[in-house]
Amino acid sequence: MAVNELLERPVALKLTNVKKVYRLGQFSSSTLKEELQRRREERKERKEGKVKKESESSRILPDNTFLALNDINLTIYEGEAVGIIGKNGAGKSTLLKLISRVTAPSAGEIELYGRVTSMLEVGTGFHYEMTGKENIYLNGAILGMTKDEIDSKLEDIIDFSEVRDFIDTPVKRYSSGMYVKLGFSVAAHLESEIIIMDEVLAVGDMEFQTKCLDKMKEVVEKEGRTVLYVSHNMNTIKRLCSRCIVLDEGGIVFDGNVDEAINIYFGSDKTSKVFIDYREIERLPWLTDTKARFISAEIVGKNNTSFLRGDRMNLRFIWQNDKDIQNLSLRVEVLSTEKTAVGTAFLYDFYSGRKGETGEVEVELDLSYLASETYTLNYVLFEKNEYGINCNVDCVYGHKFTIEPDGIINWDTRYWGRVVLPDLKVRREEI
Amino acid sequence: MNQDKYYVKITSKHNLFDLKLKEVWQYRQLVLLLTKRDFTIRYKQTILGPAWLFIRPLFTAVIYSIVFGNIANIGTEGIPKFVFYLAGYALWDFFSGCTYNNSQTFNYNVHLFSKVYFPRMVTSCATILTSALDFLIQMTVVLVFIVAYTLRGDIVPNFIMWGLLPFLILWLGIMGMGVGIIVSSLTTKYRDLSILFGFIMSLWMYGTPIVYPVSFLEPGILKNLILFNPVTSVVELFRFILLGSGSIESVYLLWSAFFTVMVALIGILTFNRVEKTFLDTI
Repeated sequence: MAVNELLERPVALKLTNVKKVYRLGQFSSSTLKEELQRRREERKERKEGKVKKESESSRILPDNTFLALNDINLTIYEGEAVGIIGKNGAGKSTLLKLISRVTAPSAGEIELYGRVTSMLEVGTGFHYEMTGKENIYLNGAILGMTKDEIDSKLEDIIDFSEVRDFIDTPVKRYSSGMYVKLGFSVAAHLESEIIIMDEVLAVGDMEFQTKCLDKMKEVVEKEGRTVLYVSHNMNTIKRLCSRCIVLDEGGIVFDGNVDEAINIYFGSDKTSKVFIDYREIERLPWLTDTKARFISAEIVGKNNTSFLRGDRMNLRFIWQNDKDIQNLSLRVEVLSTEKTAVGTAFLYDFYSGRKGETGEVEVELDLSYLASETYTLNYVLFEKNEYGINCNVDCVYGHKFTIEPDGIINWDTRYWGRVVLPDLKVRREEI
Repeated sequence: MNQDKYYVKITSKHNLFDLKLKEVWQYRQLVLLLTKRDFTIRYKQTILGPAWLFIRPLFTAVIYSIVFGNIANIGTEGIPKFVFYLAGYALWDFFSGCTYNNSQTFNYNVHLFSKVYFPRMVTSCATILTSALDFLIQMTVVLVFIVAYTLRGDIVPNFIMWGLLPFLILWLGIMGMGVGIIVSSLTTKYRDLSILFGFIMSLWMYGTPIVYPVSFLEPGILKNLILFNPVTSVVELFRFILLGSGSIESVYLLWSAFFTVMVALIGILTFNRVEKTFLDTI
């Protein structure tokens, strides 16, 4: 979207130099005695001129406070659907709490140009002894709706929630799914200008999630309302949002295009490398054959290790021949995170080389058979010995990668396994 | 768009003298709904239901009559003991309900306050209304006995002053709320207080002329202390209006009124200060 166009749109909310500091340690649950003790100790320390030691993390300040959000500047315009992503503890929820006025910033200011509905949870204030309908009115009032507004939307809310048959039943008899549906329906029908959602869609069945996303999309596009959405589910972010913010360590590290934001978010996961150097790595003791040794393995064409189902992974291997080698083969073993073998792909007899040379190959691994999960790889070079038996030449632990859920189906590997078999086909009688 | 109407600016600073009463008024429907909720859910799945509201004061009055009236032999200024205790207890129950429930505001509502914003005073107002509703229902029982005793000629109520009764209720309600929310503001940090406060409330009752009239007391430090108790003069006035007996001194009434205004102001101001960030410390 052109910058000029953005500038002309009215601002929905604006954060200027917003900071949030939390006190660390025992304070939060202190009793009077502990508090007095703490104060006495502090006074003593001050008298003795003790300097508290610097903490390793830059977010923990010397006075034992934690910087949850550091200097956030953000302007969001009317009619934008903004996704907020980041690792646990990056400050996402704190940011939403500040905007929804549940707690106040430690410094800076937040300007809101409209009413805010916060869905930090669905069904806030529902009372289990009250009926569905009574709870609609109560929940609506808590979220700032007047009785007339609720009256005029009551039918829409009940329809959307799909619990019409139980609307006069106390919600304590509801299933958790019905409870969530009703809660979301009330919030989604509010007439506020700004809507804040914190992973509320993570509950509820897939069908209802899709319905909710569509509803939110409609609210943004048709009614020009503003949505802020926090989720760990990248597919829902992609579906709903037109702009995405990546938070890391309490600061905004990226603000803009959704796809780019998701890439940056996965890239910030430092544990999964794209390039692995094997030169210094000890091999397993049973590897006695030393004909060849891996030098490196690299995922080509990506800067992170997250894939979508159906993607292909390009791997480049480099190895060193310690002896002459003929008809070397390669296999890539796919394992689950708990090290159960899932499947293996082979490349047979692809290389022969002389002692001292380095070999190189780039292969493509088809990931379309893998369900969404995190996997690890093993790389094995092997050859056939004189009796025709496969002998491992070198064997290393390889990349760790994740197949992101595709949002179409909620694949549960516990029941369905990790292998996605080809779709069933309807068999027709030959005419 | 109607944007300016809803413009809000949130900063870390706090306007010390902002009572936010206007904002509470905007949420008046929520006050009513919360009152309705608190009132109706209490007696769900009970056999006797709201009848408990009659049973509790009646039982209490019977027990007081036995313990304080007969065993301890405390006089009641010639008023039939039963109705004396019944009226006193109803009023005290209202006051202590307002005070104690308000002192628990943050603890009770933490799940709500941590998820959504509305002026936190809304819950305090709902608490007062719920207690007031309880009081009204209890008063119907009291009235039955007052009418009966009046017809028998045992008591002579000051019917002309009955118009003052709602005003007295408001008076005590605001005083209770003020004390309650000051305590609640402090309990977000120090949980000890909420346990201590339950104890203080029962002590406070015996420092208030509920089971005895002020005239029963011998002049001395104890009597002065009890007169200094801001609830005392209101209770005495209440009984004077309802039952036609009680000692009223305008100095203590003025003191009580002054105390009420101050405690309410201080309460609302500390409460508004705490509500912004109490979540970080609770």
